[in-house]
Amino acid sequence: MNKQMETANVDNGVDVEALLGAKKVIESMPEAGQFTWRAHCKWSDGVRSQSTVQGFFGLGEEQARKAAFVVEADHPEQFAATDAAPTPVEIVLSALASCLTAGVAAVAQNRGIQLKSVQATVEGDMDMAGILGADADVRNGFNAVRVSFDIDADAKPDEIAALVAQSQKRSAVFDIVTNPTNVHVSVV
Amino acid sequence: MQKVTTVIIGAGQSGLAMSRELTCCGVDHVVLDRGAVANAWRRDRWDSLRLLTPNWANGLPGAQYPGSYPDGYMPVAEFARWLDAYANMIDAPVQRYTEVHRVSGTGTGFNLETSSGPLGCRTLVLASGACARPYVPSLSAAVPTRILQTTPATYKRPHDLPPGGVLVVGASASGAQIAREIQTSGRPVTLAVGWHTRLPRTYRGRDVEWWLDLLGILDERFDEVDDLQRARRTPSPQLVGGPEPVDLNALQDCGIEIVGRLADIRNGSALFSGGLANACVSADLKMNRLLDAIDGWIEERGMGNELPPPDRPEPVRLPATQPLARGLNDGTIHTIVWATGYRPDFSWLDLPVFDARGRLRHHGGVVAAPGLYAMGLNFMRRRRSHQISGVGGDACELSDHLHAYLNGRIETAA
Repeated sequence: MNKQMETANVDNGVDVEALLGAKKVIESMPEAGQFTWRAHCKWSDGVRSQSTVQGFFGLGEEQARKAAFVVEADHPEQFAATDAAPTPVEIVLSALASCLTAGVAAVAQNRGIQLKSVQATVEGDMDMAGILGADADVRNGFNAVRVSFDIDADAKPDEIAALVAQSQKRSAVFDIVTNPTNVHVSVV
Repeated sequence: MQKVTTVIIGAGQSGLAMSRELTCCGVDHVVLDRGAVANAWRRDRWDSLRLLTPNWANGLPGAQYPGSYPDGYMPVAEFARWLDAYANMIDAPVQRYTEVHRVSGTGTGFNLETSSGPLGCRTLVLASGACARPYVPSLSAAVPTRILQTTPATYKRPHDLPPGGVLVVGASASGAQIAREIQTSGRPVTLAVGWHTRLPRTYRGRDVEWWLDLLGILDERFDEVDDLQRARRTPSPQLVGGPEPVDLNALQDCGIEIVGRLADIRNGSALFSGGLANACVSADLKMNRLLDAIDGWIEERGMGNELPPPDRPEPVRLPATQPLARGLNDGTIHTIVWATGYRPDFSWLDLPVFDARGRLRHHGGVVAAPGLYAMGLNFMRRRRSHQISGVGGDACELSDHLHAYLNGRIETAA
């Protein structure tokens, strides 16, 4: 079932060979697989901030990016804010959708499935009584997240469902959102 | 020091099958076991366990199932007695109650330190099994001490457990079976479900094992599969040796609550993954691909009319919201059963034959030290290697290799 199919005519723009090569490297040298991702956030004004993403550590050394990428965050006017950028929770939802979508493309390439279009809609339900401190029994975060994929591809419905399933199985952000992580916050 | 050409460690089905093959090639040998024949089947399993494979599938070299219920599933105690009879039939040179403390290399063979004294040999077969030791994740250290922790190797029957709630961690064959009988005993069970394998007991009128055998799936070889490491990690299917289903729908029908994989224990609470739906959907998709392959096989041969029509088990039903945490200090959970898999135990093997993660390095059972062989490991030479039906073929091929090595026809192990 999981045999690699003919991929000659399929091009989703994912270099699967390179990814499989990286897997081999990390299997033989586990320390090369130890990565540290970073972002640097600077308060702008009000509830607005600007995060810069530049280098990361991986493959045993510091890695540079082509540019310093900037991610803005703000809050909507309903929260008495300037609404100049998405809220952090919307950035989380975007990150989940982007991670799963990248996974769908990579898995499709590996399985020889040509994608025509992939769209994902993400929703996260939240009870504001949590973050506003109005009800101690309500959590701050999402009480449910839904992702809905609309995929047009040369494949049967079960094959498309399997792409989405495998994408979740290998998604970093899906794991981050669904499983606990130890978070240490310090002040310098 | 006593010397023998070959030592086999473990007198279960693997060790005995190998013993029979070595006797056939005239290799003098001894089979050591820390207990009696079939020790693990007698001591390290729970009372109600039956073999997962039907009787017709459990033949050993030179001994097919002799009884009158080929479609039945043997209780493990009966299988242990059958192995005992098999050992007598093949006249296996079993040395009972001999525990191996350490094995070291001599350059031309191996030295064993055992509870019966030292022993030297030229070739050694590791047949102590893929399920020598239950695996318990390290997060078990965070479980409050008032909670009883057990494993499928120490758990025997529901009534040994304190009254009250039970958390069963793991929903493969062991976890699913144990969860059901504990729930039936009146102790409410929460089952933490990670990646699992779902199979129907029967399909189109036949045991699923019959189809796996017929389609050649169990005979897929280790050097033919796409991702061997993944194939070796495949969890055992949610099956029981009997007609009652133990899939997640059946378990929920018994009143068992299913939750996601146990992700952590923090501040006295067990935290479960929110990814349960995907684990269930993935298992259903995989099961349906197998059933599609069976249907395709039947279709190609035009046998569709002779068999019941295709059907698909109901997809796993999931409650709209599953709990993500369960307090371990609020008096609801009294017992945790760690049904989180088994590992081989080679802690006594003092040889450089392990990879960075501590797994035995071998090529189809030919271990990375000349003269050293393994038996009965997951997908060792073929998909059925860890099953009872797999030991005959593997013993035949590996005894050939071992014999050729002894005769100098193979210089070094692969």
